[in-house]
Amino acid sequence: MMKNNLKYLIVGIAFGVVFVKAEVISWFRIQEMFRLQSFHMFGVIGSAIAVGMLSVWLIKKFNIKTIHGETITFTPKTFNKGQIYGGLIFGFGWAITGACPGPLFAQIGTGATVISITLISAIGGTWVYGRFKDHLPH
Amino acid sequence: MSILEFIKQPWPWYVAGPLIGMTVPVLLLLGNKAFGISSSLRHICAACIPAKIPFFQYDWKKEAWNLFFVAGIFLGGFIAASLLWNPSNILLNPKLITELSGYGITDYHSMVPAQLFNWSSLFTLRGLIMMVGGGFLVGFGTRYAGGCTSGHAIMGISTLQWPSLVATCCFMAGGFIMANYILPYILLLG
Repeated sequence: MMKNNLKYLIVGIAFGVVFVKAEVISWFRIQEMFRLQSFHMFGVIGSAIAVGMLSVWLIKKFNIKTIHGETITFTPKTFNKGQIYGGLIFGFGWAITGACPGPLFAQIGTGATVISITLISAIGGTWVYGRFKDHLPH
Repeated sequence: MSILEFIKQPWPWYVAGPLIGMTVPVLLLLGNKAFGISSSLRHICAACIPAKIPFFQYDWKKEAWNLFFVAGIFLGGFIAASLLWNPSNILLNPKLITELSGYGITDYHSMVPAQLFNWSSLFTLRGLIMMVGGGFLVGFGTRYAGGCTSGHAIMGISTLQWPSLVATCCFMAGGFIMANYILPYILLLG
């Protein structure tokens, strides 16, 4: 398990460094974004989508395989009301904590140890969703 | 200016965004993995506290790559903070600085404002709402929505999934409402 997954650890490290250096994990940058006071975060997310879209198009167009020769597959996402209700709830949390799930891990790495409480609470939130999933509108 | 000094400066969006976007093809090419981070929280539940809940009954070990990925993000944060740290204050819109100073937030040297997020304020009302409450909303909301900024906004829109566009618009709408209309009252609690 370790050997096969080490490459993802390395991608994660590179990703975490970019997060910090581009101030994506900064609570202040998130406040600026939601107050429409800076283009920075919109530029980061927008250009990330553009590069992602172009690479997915190239992978499909040239039927590019993985490094192990497997076919690359895409799972379609089906619409449900959770994307609206859950999306709004996550948006509330994003503006309060200044972090989505990825930045939480990076923030703890930079030495903000108290964010481990926020992360544990996020794991708790995921658990509560799983527990009450069938009672929520979807 | 040495190369290290150059790297230590804050990276502009047109460098960082494309690098983040490159994660999509890199994960696909390395092992047909769909970029997404909030799933890691579900795998942690499945591994540690499944409690016979059907939503957590699956072979999380098959998704272990995702846990290695987030462990890497943690280490990346550590490396950037220890080796590539930029000691100067973050450059912000003056309007934000004026607003935040009204809530007593005056320290701009770290990514996570130390005056809001620290161990001693964890048990104040403002600290509880922001650290515990905020974290809960992030974990609950992302799973309810079926993904976060990475899985929906970047991976979902990159693969032209319209439900992901709906989710992303709702993330932004929720954040806009909270930051402008509710968070100011929470910040006043301090």
